[in-house]
Amino acid sequence: MALTRAQVENIAHLARLELEAAEIPQFQQNLSSIVDFIGELERADTAGVAPMAHPLAGLAQRLRPDEVTEGDEHELYQRNAPQVASGLYLVPKVIE
Amino acid sequence: MIHRQTLTQLAADLRARKVGSVELVRAYLARIEASQPALNAFVSITAEQALAEAEAADRALAAGRGGALAGVPIGHKDLFCTAGVRTTCGSRMLENFISPYDATVVARLKAAGAVMLGKLNMDEFAMGSSNETSHFGPVRNPWNSTLVPGGSSGGSAAAVAARLVPAATATDTGGSIRQPAAFCGVTGIKPTYGRVSRYGMIAFASSLDQGGVIAASAEDAARMLREMAGFDPRDSTSVDVPVPDYLAGLDAPLAGLKIGLLKEFFDQGLDPAYERCVREALAVFTRLGANLREVSLPNIPLSVPVYYVVAPAECSSNLARYDGVRFGHRCLEARDLEDLYKRSRSEGFGAEVKRRIMTGTYVLSAGYYDAYYLKAQRVRRLIAGDFERAFGEVDLLMGPTTPTVAFALGAKTADPITMYLNDIYTISANLAGLPAMSVPCGFAAGLPAGLQIIGPHFAEQRLLNAAHRLQLETDWHLRIPGEYA
Repeated sequence: MALTRAQVENIAHLARLELEAAEIPQFQQNLSSIVDFIGELERADTAGVAPMAHPLAGLAQRLRPDEVTEGDEHELYQRNAPQVASGLYLVPKVIE
Repeated sequence: MIHRQTLTQLAADLRARKVGSVELVRAYLARIEASQPALNAFVSITAEQALAEAEAADRALAAGRGGALAGVPIGHKDLFCTAGVRTTCGSRMLENFISPYDATVVARLKAAGAVMLGKLNMDEFAMGSSNETSHFGPVRNPWNSTLVPGGSSGGSAAAVAARLVPAATATDTGGSIRQPAAFCGVTGIKPTYGRVSRYGMIAFASSLDQGGVIAASAEDAARMLREMAGFDPRDSTSVDVPVPDYLAGLDAPLAGLKIGLLKEFFDQGLDPAYERCVREALAVFTRLGANLREVSLPNIPLSVPVYYVVAPAECSSNLARYDGVRFGHRCLEARDLEDLYKRSRSEGFGAEVKRRIMTGTYVLSAGYYDAYYLKAQRVRRLIAGDFERAFGEVDLLMGPTTPTVAFALGAKTADPITMYLNDIYTISANLAGLPAMSVPCGFAAGLPAGLQIIGPHFAEQRLLNAAHRLQLETDWHLRIPGEYA
């Protein structure tokens, strides 16, 4: 199935990616061939088969007790932040 | 020559004080520096820290202390977080990211006394089968520098093959330990899903990712894995099952072992010269008293399409965290929040990562979720069921690791599907969460071929045992590429 240019642009928007106009045809071609390739799954008879989300059957993910186990390390973590002031992450203005 | 020693020999010599850790670390650092222009296996070399750790290891050993790997030099795939050390995941997005903490695997190996020499190159966010998607340039295959080392753990495999480190950590989401191990002629093991903690492993596809090791032999891999494996409360998918002593069972005889040959793997476009290598290794198992017979897993041919739904879907969710706000690349002069997100991500990610994020976004989007994502999860269960039935009849499954030996740089970059099909034999073990290895099994046209061994959940010991017995009978794993011998 060939994806249209508009579809590719919409997918990119949903994924919060900005594609340059010149690279869209390449992504369009690649993604179309990937969609064709995974379309092969349609042939498989999966009637009555439950979806498998976890590779180890019967093992549910554990929950931990709701207790504080980590100290306040925000200064350490914010060393990797692009822009910080007064212990806060800075972003462009969101609310006018 | 120090570098021809296995990790097992080095650990013993260190303990016996026949060699010092500082001396070893200096020797390996010199090899790494000399190899960088040709191989590009490392993204970061942590010489100063390594020498300090080596001095500490020597002091501990002199005092009769030190863990099982005291003073042994290793490398970490640059996907494992290392406190205070740049952790890039092969991406521009994390080019300047200094991890604030150690991954559990890193902490455990450190506690065992291992000394990190640096961070190993890889495909960007582990998405690739040739190491060509790395922001830091491709790694080259030590057997022939015009060829790829495989991926995504290409740096780990090339470094071990060229004996720049005796062993290295690696990760495997669809073959990223086994395929490069096969291409570089070294031994790699991807443990059972949940066996090794994913805490501090930068996430790609969380239901498939598993940390493991690449080493020169099964015995060395067992020695590393023994320290790495085990329950970790910090990883909610970590499994609380005791870790056997992987070294203890290595020599067990193989008489009566039931080995299934994966019929579909021999049918699907396997290079004839590669097949001869695999058959030669299989003949060794017959001589050792194992019983070989063909086994068919009818749903296996659907593994690659299932993977290219499930892995991108999980990748698109996991990589949503890179938004230019808290860490990672941020674009300049963002107009508004959406512009900040879009340009930071578009500048920070390479083309293959974008393709996977968009594929994942597409299969999870309204109207397609049932047709692709749920459908793939149903077929995934069929594939897991095939394995379960097979392991009702045989103890291990064997086949080739890859369809061909290493290919040329640039040969498969134009068409993603061609690249994806390189993992045709490795992906199914990840879908079913099974432990799997690649072991050197000879040379096709002068390049290494890999035998793949797959076992039931938590049968790492059985895999390592079979691989070790093979390596006692053969010397393929001891061959070192000429320039690095």
